[in-house]
Amino acid sequence: MKKLARHKYLLISCLSIVLILLTWYLCVDILNMVSGSAFPKLTKTISTFIKKFTTAAPDGATLTVHFFNSIKVALWGYVMGVIVGVPLGILMAWFRKFDMFARPLFDLIRPIPGIAWIPLFILMFGIGVLPKALVIFLGVLIPSTVNAYTGIKQTSDVHLWVGDVFGASNAQKLFKIAIPTATPMIFTGLRVAMGSAWSALVAAELLASSSGLGYLIQIGRSISRSDLVLVGMICIGVTGALLDELLHLVEIRVAKGMNAK
Amino acid sequence: MENDVKVQVRHLTKKFGDLLVLNDVSFDIMRGELLCVVGPTGCGKTTFLNTLTKIYDITSGEILVDGKPVDPKVQNISYIFQGDSTMPWLTVEQNVAFGLEIKHCPEDQKRELVEKYLNVVGLTDYRNYYPKQLSASMLQRVSIARAFATEPELLLMDEPYGQLDIDLRFKLEDELVKLWKMTGTTVLFITHNVEEAVYLSSHVMVLTNKPTTVKTILKNDLSRPRDIADPAFVEMRNEVTRLIKWW
Repeated sequence: MKKLARHKYLLISCLSIVLILLTWYLCVDILNMVSGSAFPKLTKTISTFIKKFTTAAPDGATLTVHFFNSIKVALWGYVMGVIVGVPLGILMAWFRKFDMFARPLFDLIRPIPGIAWIPLFILMFGIGVLPKALVIFLGVLIPSTVNAYTGIKQTSDVHLWVGDVFGASNAQKLFKIAIPTATPMIFTGLRVAMGSAWSALVAAELLASSSGLGYLIQIGRSISRSDLVLVGMICIGVTGALLDELLHLVEIRVAKGMNAK
Repeated sequence: MENDVKVQVRHLTKKFGDLLVLNDVSFDIMRGELLCVVGPTGCGKTTFLNTLTKIYDITSGEILVDGKPVDPKVQNISYIFQGDSTMPWLTVEQNVAFGLEIKHCPEDQKRELVEKYLNVVGLTDYRNYYPKQLSASMLQRVSIARAFATEPELLLMDEPYGQLDIDLRFKLEDELVKLWKMTGTTVLFITHNVEEAVYLSSHVMVLTNKPTTVKTILKNDLSRPRDIADPAFVEMRNEVTRLIKWW
């Protein structure tokens, strides 16, 4: 019965996608409401998507190459951003003096959008992997830090008192009480950061790149191949959604008690 | 006789800014006592308990446990809080083991103690459940098992049954008396419920209105198991009620 209900909900979730594809097919393929160069036909997009797995033309690489180039850069920036951002947020929330030390710098960097760093990084490092990874790193750093900080600050006084009465050290209170409390919030940060990583990646690739999904979109636009643009966009959307789901599954396992029903 | 004193409170004073909450409080708690503390609402009962565990710093005076200044890092103290204080990310079993983990208790001893107290509070079958999956009474039983699992020399309880229905309260009160007798631990139990105080205690301490001082400490010799309808019980309850009245 439970399995049946789950399938039913999955069906409802798929329905929105099917509906948008049907509308696309009806409006563009059947009724020709927009020109093919402005918005591609669904059938053309699907065939380009399949062909791009084996054809390098017109942008110089297959879809797989673009995809792996993008994901490589994105993961580099993402992992580095998380490795620095989460501990930074935890330390800022837990140690007042460290907060006082790091906060002015953090508050200064926080309002600068990732894209604003691109020109500087291009000047400094050219158009290789490093400048893009750095832009993603900054895009990931901010939400990771903010969410870890907020999560730690949500630690309940009563839980800390329980630790105090049992004679817990400061480190025990941090690792056994504050960090477990912050875990769901940290994961929300990781998921938000994943979104930021993708947007920062595409922005960086649109401006300065010689491969990757953003580059594919950029080439598609410059040679008026809207089908290529859509293929790049769909790849980014699907990958982003899958990575988000993956993180969600990890969160369910890690923060089991918090999600218990 | 001095050796039988577990806790000595000397000239304890606590101020929050200009507000004087505890005013020069002095008393002794003997080893193995079940002391119930009653007083008018808002008289500072919780503040009193929180100063005993160093959750709040004291303004002046001293608190000695076994002749040494109170320090939860040195002395084995447990505290059962008024509301739910279980950790939602831990299972029932892990919650009960929490204090033992903090105190670096050896693994086999830890397993044994957790098993024993899960059994005492009747939660063995729920060991793998998370707090979110439990009722209010079960949560309070987890807190009780967690507090007893460290086999504390001093157990502090702050209106632990205040939010439970009457049947359950009686059941948990009996459980507490059973555990107290079994372990011989010194218990300080705060309550606003006079009947509960008379039902549980070996001694009843009555506090005054703010600024709080100790009005009196009564010895409670009623035989156990106690019957709330027993004339001696009713008489004791009336006596405590009369002492609490400040108007």
